[in-house]
This record gives sequence, structure tokens and C-alpha cells, in this order.
Amino acid sequence: MADRYSQLINTPIGKIVSKQIGLPQPTALERWEPGRPVISGPVLFGAAPGGRLAAAVAQALAGMDAEIHSPLQEDIRTALAAADTEAKVFNAEATSSDQRFKALVFDATGIASSEELRAAYEFFHPTIRRVRSSGRIVILGTPPGEAADPRQAIAQRALEGFTRSLAKEVKRGATAQLVYVAPKAEALIESTLRFLLSPKSAYVSGQVIEIAPPASELETAVLDWESPLAGKVALVTGASRGIGRAIAETLARDGAHVVVLDIPPQADELAVVAAEAGGSTLALDITAADAPERIAEHFQAEHGGVDIVVHNAGVTRDKTLGRMTEEQWERVLEVNLNAEQRIDHELFERGVVRNNGRIVCVSSISAIAGNAGQTNYATSKAGVIGMVEAYAPTLSQSGQTINAVAPGFIETQMTAAMPIPLREAGRRMNSLSQGGLPIDVAETIAWFANPASAGVNGNTVRVCGQSLMGA
Amino acid sequence: MNPTVRRVAVLGGIRIPFARQDGPYARASNQDMLITTLDALVDKFDLQGETVGEVAAGAVLKHSRDFNLTRESVLGSKLAPETPAYDVQQACGTGLEATILVANKIALGQIDSGIAGGVDTTSDAPIAINEDLREVLLDVNRAKSNAARLRALARLRPQQIVPEIPRNAEPRTGLSMGEHTAIMAQEWGITRQEQDELAVRSHHNLAAAYDRGYEEDLVIPYLGLERDQNLRPDSSLEKLGKLRPVFGGPEGTMTAGNSTPLSDGASTVLLASEEWAQAHGLPVLAYFTAAQTAAVDYVHKREGLLMAPAYAMPKMLEREGLALQDFDFYEIHEAFAAQVLCTLKAWEDPVYCRERLGLDAPLGSIDREKLNVHGGSLGAGHPFGATGGRIVANLAKLLAEKGSGRGVISICAAGGLGLTAIMEAANNG
Repeated sequence: MADRYSQLINTPIGKIVSKQIGLPQPTALERWEPGRPVISGPVLFGAAPGGRLAAAVAQALAGMDAEIHSPLQEDIRTALAAADTEAKVFNAEATSSDQRFKALVFDATGIASSEELRAAYEFFHPTIRRVRSSGRIVILGTPPGEAADPRQAIAQRALEGFTRSLAKEVKRGATAQLVYVAPKAEALIESTLRFLLSPKSAYVSGQVIEIAPPASELETAVLDWESPLAGKVALVTGASRGIGRAIAETLARDGAHVVVLDIPPQADELAVVAAEAGGSTLALDITAADAPERIAEHFQAEHGGVDIVVHNAGVTRDKTLGRMTEEQWERVLEVNLNAEQRIDHELFERGVVRNNGRIVCVSSISAIAGNAGQTNYATSKAGVIGMVEAYAPTLSQSGQTINAVAPGFIETQMTAAMPIPLREAGRRMNSLSQGGLPIDVAETIAWFANPASAGVNGNTVRVCGQSLMGA
Repeated sequence: MNPTVRRVAVLGGIRIPFARQDGPYARASNQDMLITTLDALVDKFDLQGETVGEVAAGAVLKHSRDFNLTRESVLGSKLAPETPAYDVQQACGTGLEATILVANKIALGQIDSGIAGGVDTTSDAPIAINEDLREVLLDVNRAKSNAARLRALARLRPQQIVPEIPRNAEPRTGLSMGEHTAIMAQEWGITRQEQDELAVRSHHNLAAAYDRGYEEDLVIPYLGLERDQNLRPDSSLEKLGKLRPVFGGPEGTMTAGNSTPLSDGASTVLLASEEWAQAHGLPVLAYFTAAQTAAVDYVHKREGLLMAPAYAMPKMLEREGLALQDFDFYEIHEAFAAQVLCTLKAWEDPVYCRERLGLDAPLGSIDREKLNVHGGSLGAGHPFGATGGRIVANLAKLLAEKGSGRGVISICAAGGLGLTAIMEAANNG
């Protein structure tokens, strides 16, 4: 579903012309489909000396059935052997330049000082040009706040600049992310690695994600990665169309029973979504005074609780502040922030959200970067980030998590109605030179919702193709 | 039946210097070289007219007329004509396999003494007639009437003149041994630098051994050659660095300098029971205590052609209760520097050791100072059948000089074959 410019650019003549005159050259991004492997191509795994994630990465890669390559580094090879992999050998000085990789995974946790950042240079310098199209780069570090000493904290913080710049340098649909893995969260990285290495993260780039150990011990059940949400019940608000619809379909694909919610005027469209997702409908206005109660009662009565709550419903009423009516201000704040808080409060108060539950909110890059004409919207969406940060520590006690996605330019009916100059600017001003798709937001939410993502809590992850807007 | 197994003594060996293809031995036949080398062993151990238990030897490249090469060589030597003999052929493992066979018969008491050997000439190589021509000629031979003979002869064509020349290629893959090794080098990420360093060491170590007179009773001059023709005492990284890759394409790391050249030569080794050695007043240099062969499926399972020694070693070590580090000398045949380096990396790699060799922990690394201390095939050259005898004789002398300890041998061979063996110093108890 590439936009018209992308289609044109990707014709043989379009490629030549656009290159000659220096137009952006969006690559058709690979996207995941059921039955596809997590990653379709060789993965190179390297590490700075003294890293602590070799075993966890090896286990995760083995679980993905990935073709693994690694340098003959004893700790890495020992971990890869223990994970029962047949990892091949990579030596930058000797391996043929034909050997290219779908992903480069680098454990940087061993970097203890800024001098040792050289290890990142040494690993990526000879390999960065071996990355295939729609390739993946994942750098794993230690959260600076969890570092053993200031020297390590400085070096680990430095990785952010490195990763974000790499994300801008790689071409042809490749992405790069930094994952800070706190001590004792090593065993919790698999769902995140799977997401970031797979085409599911097609439009996520230049992101910094933190994985921390939950405050309470979790029962670790063996997960069916084909159907990770089997037996789970999910609520998706604003699900009758666009991104909400994609979220409902994706959670259903992953095995969840999805309750799709939207305002009563959307009931017909909602019924179609529910039928396609094999779920059920709940038609109500979330800003209504009795909405929280009705939602809580619905889940208690029909499902005995809820596992996944996706606050997707949102509205815009764009006006510069001086021209904005009070109603415009109120409406946006009500739908986008106040109602969400009231619903969560009710659900938690009544104990409707089950252990290992997931709250997922939808923020926006406008909230991070600010946007003229959107003081109301950006306020509400920045409030969402605040909500994530405020509740994360509490929810962690019961193995629950709260996270947010912050979509950038996503191709929807809403963006299709934008004036052409604004729309084109939105599409191209990011590292991937194109807009994202609703599925890209949905896949990110499915990763948050995964029972194995217990360590992913309090994160706001942008789905923006590394937009130039914001950090 | 005698249930006891006897210790097998290695009394020593001798060889002629190895020559490069079409060098001084261009007109010497396998039989010429093997007889010369057998006689040198006879002279060294005073065996004139003696009936030895058995002689086992062989060549890889052999004329069809040499179906009984070893026996014919014995008849042409100073040994008693009553000495039995047979041919062995196991590609580059020929010499060591012959040693294992002789040793096993001695161990079982079937013989008290024996000579193992090997020879090869790549200069006086057998050339077969064209396969089409061969079929025509055989049909002519089978024909019962002149008319039938004429009909068969009418099938003769000019292109049938082109002969079949033996190629150094694997029949099942069509790849030369060098090309196979280039694949291994690529899989293991072996650098040009590492290979050249190993090659330089091989030349320097062998040159040093000649210079201090160590080789005097191991090598006898032949056809004007006193030292191995391939030996370059002044070999250096700089000189080797100038060579162009010959295998593995333009990015290849393998050159004529870090691969063994085609060579001509022969070697023999005398083994015996301790009683026989004592009765003949011959000192025991070392005991031949263990051996293992292995093979890999390089055709369908895509294992490296020359990786079989990597498999043989852990099997042998486990049976003997030894670790890879329990040796004072490592004699690894340098078919290609890359082969040696791949093997060493394989033993060090936890993934390979677990997934391919089925080991809980890697065999580990060896002290490189103990590797091929008097050089190897890169310096000496590698007449296929003669390399095993060169290595066994050299290791026996090394152990005798040291007076204690043990050494291990590793040899790779065409067809995905590999051999390993252990020798222990005589006074180890």
C-alpha cells in the first residue's frame, strides 16, 4: 500500500530520475505476514568484551531459528553453543564482502568507559555496509541510571547518539534501535528482540527502549510465539476504523479475543471489525459519565476480567490557542486524556485488569515535538506519556505494564485529507522517507501486549520512521 | 589365541629429500624412490638380508602396472626376498595408515617387526588413455571376427587421442582440494596474515632443524638433492605477501606460498616389538600408542573436506583419557596453512565442538610453540604417500631427544578422511 510517490520512485525510470535529481528514495518496507520467519536472513551477533547479554541473546536468536553468525569470541561462542545453535563464524578481516546480513545485534553492556566505545566502532565499521534492505540494527546497553559508576553511565548514555545517527545513515528501509536492558532483566529480552528484528517493526527506528525487571516474580509459561495472546481478552477503543481497526485485527491475529469499542454512531462499522476479528463490540462514548462503570461491568460479566487495554480513541480539534474555543480544548482533553484516566481508575479499582495485564496508550510525536495549532492535542498526548510514566512503577508490582506508542505520519483517512504540501512533508521528513501504515502501530502495540514483554514498562516508543520532528 | 596386546616401538625412519614436481626426481619412478628409501632404512638399522615381518606402503598416484608396488620394491631392495608386503592407499593418509596397520599387527603379536612407508611422484604420473578410446580398444579385443574388429575400429575418432590426466579434484564435487579448503577458510574467517605466518614458521623451523644437523639421520641425499627442494630458509611475510591468491577467487587468502606444492618423495619407518628391538640391539625412540580415523560428509552435509581430523581427535583423546593440552608436540600435516588453522579454531570453538563433535566443552587451544617444531609440509613439501612416514619418524626422534612426554599427529586426506595418532617417549614408563 505504498503512496503514489513511492510507487513512482520504485519504477525503473523513477529510480534513475529521483537519484539524478536527489529526491528522497523510499524503499518498499518489508512487513510481516503470518507464516513468515521472524527474520529472513542471517543475523550477525557481536559484543563488546565483558558483556552480560550473550546467553540471553543466544537463546532468543535460537528461538527464532535465525541463521546466526558471530566472531570467534569465546563468551559469545560459549553462549551460542549452550543455546544449541550452529552459529557460523564471522571475521571482518577475512569474511567475503558478499556476506551480508539482515540484522546486526551488538551487546554493548560490556562498555564500561567512553574509551571502550571504540568497541562499537570496531564492530559496526566493517559491518554496517553489509546490511541488507529492510535490515535491522539492535544495540543492547545498560540503562545509564543502572550503571555501576559514572564512567559506565556516561559511556552507556553515549550509545544513544551513536544509535540514532546509525539509524539515519542506514539506507533501504533498514532501522536501528537501542535497547537498555537493566540488570536482572536479561531473560526478558526475547519479545523485544523478536519485534525489533522482524518486519513487524518496519516503521520503528532510532528508538531507545528500556527493559527492566518487574517488581514481582512472574510465572514464566512457555509461549507459543505464533499465537502469543491466546486466551487473552483485549479492549481496543476507537476501533471502528484506521489505526484502531488495525490494532484489533492484529491482537486477534495473535490469538486474543478483542472487544472493539467506539461511539454508537460507528456501531455498523464496529460490527464489521468485530466480525473480522472474531471479537465482540461495545458501543459507547468513553467520555460519558457512566462509561468507566459500564466498561468494567462488561468485562467482569462477559470475560471475568481484561488482559489488554488499548486506549486508541482520540480526536483532534486543531486551532492556534488564541482562536481555540473552550469546547475544542475540552473535547480533546476529555477524549484523549481524561476519559482514559477515569477508565483505568475504575478498572484497577475493581480489580478487572488481571495479573500480567497490559495498558497501552497512544501518544503522538506532536506531544514530544510540539505542533502549531495543536496545543490541546499535544497537551493531551503529552499527558498520556505522563500517565505511562506515573503508573509504570505501581503496575510493575503486579506484573502489569503500561506503555505508549507515539505514531508519526501514518497513512490513514485522516492524513489522506491533509493538504498536499503538508502531507508530502509529513511523509518524507523521516529516515525512511515515507509514511507508516496502521499495521506498524498495531504491531508495536502487539509487542507491548505480549505476555513475554513483562520487562517493557513505562516506555513511549515512537512509530515514526525516525521523524525529524522531536528527539 | 594370544589375548595380550604388546607395546609397539618406533625405532626410527628415513626419507629422501622431497622434490618439487618436475624437479630433480622428474624421471624417478615410485618404485625407484621406494627401493632407495627402503635400502636407506636397511642401512640405517643394519637389516641387510633380514626377513622383516611385513612391509606396508603405498602411493596415491600409481601406474596400473604398480598393482604390487610395495612387494616389487621389497624384491628390489636389500631386504630378504621372503619379506611379505602389501600396498596401502588412503590418499594423504597413506603413510600414517600404513604405520597404524603395521603397529596393530605388532601389537597383536602377528608380526614382530615391520616397515611402514609411502611414496609419491607427481612428475612421473600415470596418464590413462582416453575413456572412449579404451572402450573401442576393448571392443576390438573382444571381437571374434575380422569384420567385427573392423566395425569396432571404425569408431576411432581423432579426439580420442586426448589422454586422461590425473586431477587433484574430488570426484563427487569437481572442486580441487584447494578450492575446498578455500571454502573452509572462508567459513572459519581465516586471514591471509595467519596463513602466511604459519607458512613462514614452517620454513624457518625446518631450515633450523637442517642447520643444527637434526635431519642428518632422517634424510639421505637422492639424485643430487640434500635438502627439501621446496624449503625457503629466507621465507618472510613480506615475500609471501606478494603472492597472488590461487584459490577462493580474487578475495581469496590462499596462495602458492601457504599451500603445499605438488611434490615427489618417499619415506619409511621401522616399527617392532620391544623384544625384537632388544634382540637387534636397537634403541626404542618412542611407542606408537593410539590411532583414530574419521571421515566427514563433505558432499551432502557440507562439512569441510579436510575437517575429518577435527572429528578423529576427540574420539581418540576420550578413549585414551587425555586432553588436547596433554602433549609436548603437535604434528599437524600442513596440507594448506588454512587447514591447520581451521582445525585449531574448530577445537577451540564451543559451537563447533558441541554441535558437530558432540562435546560438552571445547577441546581448547594448544601452545602454538609446540606445533610442528621442525617444520611441516609447507616447508618440506608433500608427496602424498610419504608425508605420514616423515611425520612419524620426526616425532619419534623429537620424543627420544626430549626423553619424556608425548606427541600427537593429525593428518587430513582427500575424500573427507582424517587420521590422528599418539606417540609416547620411550622412557615414559
